[in-house]
Amino acid sequence: MIRKFKNQLFKLACMASTAIGLGILVLILFTLFQKGMAGMNLALFTEVTPGPGGEGGLLNAIVGSVIMTGIGILIATPIGILAGTWLAEYGQNSKTADSIRFLNGMLMSAPSILIGLFVYEIVVVTSGHFSGWAGAIALAIIALPVIISTTEEMLKLVPVQLREAGAGLGTPKWRVTLQLSYRAVGTGIVTGILLSIARISGETAPLLFTALNSSFMSVNPNEPMANLPVTIYQYAMSPYESWNQLAWSGALLITMAILLLNVMSRALPQLKKRRS
Amino acid sequence: MDFPWQGDTLFRRACFVSAGLISVLMFCIMLSLVMGAYPALAKFGLSFFTSTDWNPVTEEFGALNALYGTIVSSIIAVALALPVGLGVAIFLSELCPAAISKPLFIAIELLAAVPSIIYGMWGLFVFAPWFSDGFQIWASEHLSDVPVLGTIFTGPPMGVGLLTSGIILAFMILPILTSLIKEALSTVPKVLREATYGIGATQFEVIVKVLLPAIKGPIFGALILALGRALGETMAITFVIGGAQSIDASLFMPATSISASIANQFNEATGDMHISALIGLGLVLFMITFVVMGTARVMLRRKAQ
Repeated sequence: MIRKFKNQLFKLACMASTAIGLGILVLILFTLFQKGMAGMNLALFTEVTPGPGGEGGLLNAIVGSVIMTGIGILIATPIGILAGTWLAEYGQNSKTADSIRFLNGMLMSAPSILIGLFVYEIVVVTSGHFSGWAGAIALAIIALPVIISTTEEMLKLVPVQLREAGAGLGTPKWRVTLQLSYRAVGTGIVTGILLSIARISGETAPLLFTALNSSFMSVNPNEPMANLPVTIYQYAMSPYESWNQLAWSGALLITMAILLLNVMSRALPQLKKRRS
Repeated sequence: MDFPWQGDTLFRRACFVSAGLISVLMFCIMLSLVMGAYPALAKFGLSFFTSTDWNPVTEEFGALNALYGTIVSSIIAVALALPVGLGVAIFLSELCPAAISKPLFIAIELLAAVPSIIYGMWGLFVFAPWFSDGFQIWASEHLSDVPVLGTIFTGPPMGVGLLTSGIILAFMILPILTSLIKEALSTVPKVLREATYGIGATQFEVIVKVLLPAIKGPIFGALILALGRALGETMAITFVIGGAQSIDASLFMPATSISASIANQFNEATGDMHISALIGLGLVLFMITFVVMGTARVMLRRKAQ
């Protein structure tokens, strides 16, 4: 009897933990919808951020975030894929590869605010001003290790026979890699890139001292650039009602975009499987 | 047979340079932090790590307040997240049917995708008021005479503070903890379960007496990894920690952490010494996370072999 009771109690505790975890997700999403929906209108996407207490939208912040995330990913993707290729195809189990893998893991888990400090020192201090470039570089450094490790994991899944078949035809290794291996696991690599976009588009800390923020519409990455996360941060902390509202709407926008990217990157491999 | 301009050689070199870039990057990050922190470290010496002064006006800086806040909030987070994470992982992989387990697990993983600034906003505007009304007022009425709890749980019920930061951090590290424990549980051979059920054990006994001891190592590794995450977290903490440069026995009091200090003060810092001290804090954080994450990585890898 006591054993049975204990068992039931234990199951209940486990269920309660799961309920807590799910409850938090539901609560956060509920709050975002409840507070963010009120500000969801056309002006949000067509007007720039207002002055204190004024009415406006988030156009410049959205544009700035898209530009910096885009540049960041464009920098990180080729480097990340090549580095992942080296680890999987050339380095393999050598000491050098192991230490690079270790450092890559360390970079992945380095606090993002430190990446911001680093880019501040090497880009902002040397160039003398905050800029969209600096923000994009900071984001690229955060995306890089994610792309490297997914590329490596994916390339390891390529069957040896496929490589051997290629090599047997006299194809040089680089063409085997480019034309056979990349194609075989392309979806997986794209998934990694999507996940890293999701990761960097919500990053706030590395942008605080690199891109700073701006209340003007600008597409020039050589100037301080408006961006969604820092705008949300500043507006949420401000005493103005209209700014708070914009912060919640921006938060809803960014969370939905990130969750969508996550779901997409999960669905991608399955879609591909069904098609072939 | 190494022709410098042949496709193969070029491709290999391009790959190697990209991979090598990671080492260069890590080295540069460390170097830039050390160089940036040097003026402050040279001026204050070892007392930078032991001093609780933080005064931009008189340019006296010490890291202890921020260090205390970082470590205490992370320890609270890990202590709270571990039992819940264990519960979720056990429920998802041992107790509930696979058809339910999969979507639930995806939902838990989505929790990890929510950006930390959202946790911060939610923590400040939704959780903190609720926590203040629901727990802090009750605690200061009922627990003030209990010896240890009385000291920890006193203070103004503002909702923000060290304890709130710890709780919000716990929510944030819950997904990673859950997925690592779940992964570890899946490595335990089925035979072990079947054998134990075969001698008439209940689910509770199988899980607590057989499965959990079998994955002690990986759980510990996961715990350290989660601790590393919590230590470096910035935006969520910045919203809810209160931003007070002080060390208090009460967990209800506002405090500060390394990341929150940097995020709050870096753009407003005017003196070079202030900037250098903030970068010094960054260096401390870098070293702590490097050691913690390095330990976790080595431990998890050793278990995997």
